Amino acid sequence: MPDNVVDYDVLRDILEEGLPLLGEHLALVITAMVIAAAIAIPLGILVAHTRRWRALATGIAGIGQTIPSLALFGFLIPLPLIGGIGAHTAIVALVLYAVLPILRNTITGIQGVDPAVRDSAVAMGMTRAQMLRLVELPLAAPVILSGLRIATVATIGTATIAAAIGAGGLGVFIFRGIASVDKWQILAGAIPSALLALCADAGIGWLEKRCASS
Amino acid sequence: MSLIEFHRVGFQIGPKVILRELNLTVEAGETLVLLGRSGSGKTTALRLINGMLFPTSGQVVVSERPTTEWDAVALKRSIGYVIQESGLFPHFTVGRNVGLQPELAGWPKEKIGERVRTLLRTVSLDPDEFLARYPRQLSGGQRQRVGVARALAADPGILLFDEPFGALDPVTRLDLQREFPRLVTELGKTAVFVTHDVREAMKLGTRIALLEAGCLVFAGTPGEFQMCGHPEARAFQEVFRDAG
Ligand SMILES: Nc1ncnc2c1ncn2[C@@H]1O[C@H](COP(=O)(O)OP(=O)(O)OP(=O)(O)O)[C@@H](O)[C@H]1O
Ligand SMILES: [Mg+2]
Repeated sequence: MPDNVVDYDVLRDILEEGLPLLGEHLALVITAMVIAAAIAIPLGILVAHTRRWRALATGIAGIGQTIPSLALFGFLIPLPLIGGIGAHTAIVALVLYAVLPILRNTITGIQGVDPAVRDSAVAMGMTRAQMLRLVELPLAAPVILSGLRIATVATIGTATIAAAIGAGGLGVFIFRGIASVDKWQILAGAIPSALLALCADAGIGWLEKRCASS
Repeated sequence: MSLIEFHRVGFQIGPKVILRELNLTVEAGETLVLLGRSGSGKTTALRLINGMLFPTSGQVVVSERPTTEWDAVALKRSIGYVIQESGLFPHFTVGRNVGLQPELAGWPKEKIGERVRTLLRTVSLDPDEFLARYPRQLSGGQRQRVGVARALAADPGILLFDEPFGALDPVTRLDLQREFPRLVTELGKTAVFVTHDVREAMKLGTRIALLEAGCLVFAGTPGEFQMCGHPEARAFQEVFRDAG
């Protein structure tokens, strides 16, 4: 059969297998992002006002980023508790990658609050918690969201590699396609992943704009 | 009894001395202008009054109690603070900005709404026109008016102004300078007003205190200030005369 003609059986198979894989992929990404945000945003808030802590936190968060993703997945497999074959290992790796951009933007956002605005909040007798809730977080929100957006888009792509350690997701198509030199399989993994990334970019971008203009 | 008293107040950051042996009193109902060059310590002195900073030596006494013994929130609520460029919350409407302190103090909604409208009228802004606007939709002069309304919200006895008109065009500035004394006296407030503009100091102050490099070199009425022979006072007098 010529290579460039669509084989409808193959297409149906891909669709049948693809929806669950897409679901797995989404689950990986969403879980990783929720955990990463739950770590990075509070951490960013805690360290934002102290230069030494800021450097330490971003330094540590930065280490994960320097390791090539495939290698990081490999390193994690032999580790007890967080390692092994399967989705949880992939999630650990994805979280390690996603923390830095969110952390960095949380710090940038909070530091970016106009000192005059901060001063008037203090002079008004706001407590630390009120300052955070009423002033710092709302004003930093667009920048924090932009960090979340960047991290989410990257995570959607990186999550395709998770298939290499048996975590499932759209990467299953890609790895199988590479192994069997089947471009349809590769596309079946790559296209939805790319579309997902575009949707996440647009969706979070829209939230960002809404926050910035209110 | 003085409302605000500085007793041999020193303030330093690390080895850097910012204020030295400052003795100064502010009586109820007066407007004390803190005059000095840039970096002379005016803002620092102002922030020692509302407990944004605390002296590293000596004491600042407000309403007969040292600032260190005040509850931090109670002290700040009893003192209004207005700064250059107003420091309004850019994500809140004018109404929310002005009503925020009453909101934090737990006032009921209707009472806050009423208070906000009254305050906006006090600073000559039409509530119906301005309540729902955001700070970025205001002119510089309007922003400063809102800043003043916000500082008045919890009905503080003391108002602190840190170069509130510094960033305004000369005409708007003159408008606000004309309105200012009327506002302060009508409302029966005690004010400490920071400026480096000697003309503003002469116009607004019932008393002037001159700071030079962290030291108080003169305190007295505008009339006495013009007679003062201290070199730093003379430097300012010269500016005043030059300006006509
Ligand atoms: N946080 C700080 N750390 C180090 N030095 C400071 C700090 N705050 C103020 N200073 C220094 O203290 C001195 C007085 O500052 P202050 O802000 O009180 O001056 P100012 O009279 O209000 O000046 P300006 O008219 O420019 O506002 C300046 O030399 C300033 O550099
Ligand atoms: Mg100053």
